[in-house]
Amino acid sequence: MWKFIHQLASPPHFYRIAQILLPWLYVPGLLLIGYGTYAGLFLAPMDYQQGDAFRIIYVHVPSAYLSMLAYMTMAVSAGIGLIWRIKLSHAVAAAAAPLGAWFTFLALATGSIWGKPMWGTWWEWGDPRLTSELIMLFLYFGYMALRGAIDDTSKADRASAVLALVGAVNVPIIHFSVEWWSSLHQGPTLIKEGGPAMDPGMLYPLLAMILGFTFIFGALLLRRVRAEVLFRERRTRWVKNLVLSGGN
Amino acid sequence: MDLSMGGYGAYVWTCFALAGVVLVVCEWRARLLQRRVYRDIEVRIKALGDS
Amino acid sequence: MSGEDESVGMFSGIAGIARRDLLLAWKRPGDVLNPLFFFAMVAALFPLAVGPSPEQLKLSGPAVLWVAALLSMLLSLNSLFLSDYEDGSLDQMLVSPIPLSALALGKTLAHWLTSGLPLVVVSPVVAITFQMPFSVTGYLMLTLLLGTISLSLLGSVGAALTVGLHRGTALLSLLILPLAMPILIFGARTVSLVASGDGVAGGLYFLAAYAVLTLSFAPFATAAALRISNE
Repeated sequence: MWKFIHQLASPPHFYRIAQILLPWLYVPGLLLIGYGTYAGLFLAPMDYQQGDAFRIIYVHVPSAYLSMLAYMTMAVSAGIGLIWRIKLSHAVAAAAAPLGAWFTFLALATGSIWGKPMWGTWWEWGDPRLTSELIMLFLYFGYMALRGAIDDTSKADRASAVLALVGAVNVPIIHFSVEWWSSLHQGPTLIKEGGPAMDPGMLYPLLAMILGFTFIFGALLLRRVRAEVLFRERRTRWVKNLVLSGGN
Repeated sequence: MDLSMGGYGAYVWTCFALAGVVLVVCEWRARLLQRRVYRDIEVRIKALGDS
Repeated sequence: MSGEDESVGMFSGIAGIARRDLLLAWKRPGDVLNPLFFFAMVAALFPLAVGPSPEQLKLSGPAVLWVAALLSMLLSLNSLFLSDYEDGSLDQMLVSPIPLSALALGKTLAHWLTSGLPLVVVSPVVAITFQMPFSVTGYLMLTLLLGTISLSLLGSVGAALTVGLHRGTALLSLLILPLAMPILIFGARTVSLVASGDGVAGGLYFLAAYAVLTLSFAPFATAAALRISNE
């Protein structure tokens, strides 16, 4: 078992194992999303306050959740790469960033669209989740911009790792700040924070969507990390052999 | 099966469509990246011979 | 770098580099004054753009002044390590027996004394033009005091990450602004609460806690970033 994990950190092994894992992530992910979408849209009972518009929750919450999971993935793997100098870890961080940014964008877009029928505006600065998601999008952009500005891969890895760690410390603070102010002023929120008090008919599709999105995120991440690894190791023997033999 | 979502159809369906698009785009871009990296390596190996 | 070639205690190391930076700033008063003028001008932009209605000014005063202060700090943060990078002192700092985090802290201290503290001192003057009552101005100064400490510290990390990079200026702002948003939120809104008579203890405690938090990790992060940027 330990040997397996140790091997995983070796690029050629990771490259091969990741490919094998992919279908194991796509299939459950798509099934869960399929069930969650169908049940969320057609089976779950209607919310008495928001009507059918609340069904947007089934894409908004998973994307918000994933935007944060992706950031944590990025920060943790960047930290591991920085402290233990594991190159693969840095590749994971680099791969997670654009995915996280996309999910953050999705959370913001769906949040905004949800807000229109609810509050009448396309944006509500008083909603804590929207505001902290926006700040998180900026954090992602900063991370990717810093990576892009440094030519040397190793330097870029380590500099962006420092940034990711500093940002990670700040993410909970950002959420706290915005929530605190929102609670002072009873600003409008999209989701009444009485989460688990949800009707099970409403909750299960949501959990399925969150889990399904997570599986898909995992698959997308593995794909991107493979591409990263291939690029970073492009001059090595194992890559040359792989390409010469027409492998995948 | 209320396809109009109680009148909120445009909002709800747009959001779900957007989610689908984002997932597909991410998948597409990941594959594109892989393909591009692979092709670049192929080209370079063939150009330089097995050095 | 200085005459301290025997092993020095950390505090005298911090004090030494702070003193050096302060002396340099003394010789170039523009470095201190320009960001202050910038602060005043940015603050002036809002009434110019929005119109001079006194009620509006009073309402928007805390926010405008805070944003202007934030931008002024960003401006001055750019050059935190720049001159050292250019003239080679940064390389000397990297090999100095004094811990790099101590040197980073010393430089940040000097930066705050020349950029943050002056803002605090000058803010009442600009605040008057926003019809800010004196009672509120006191809180403005207090929040700026606490906030600029955090900004200098966070900013030093950003400056260390971007020193010597092409277009480092815009990048620095992009990196620091999201992290600075909680400071801005608490700083500006706490001052607004004073004006409306609500309790401000929570906001002040947050700003103080944030300053302590950044003080505890920023010097180390800055040191790590300096090493990475300059190998």
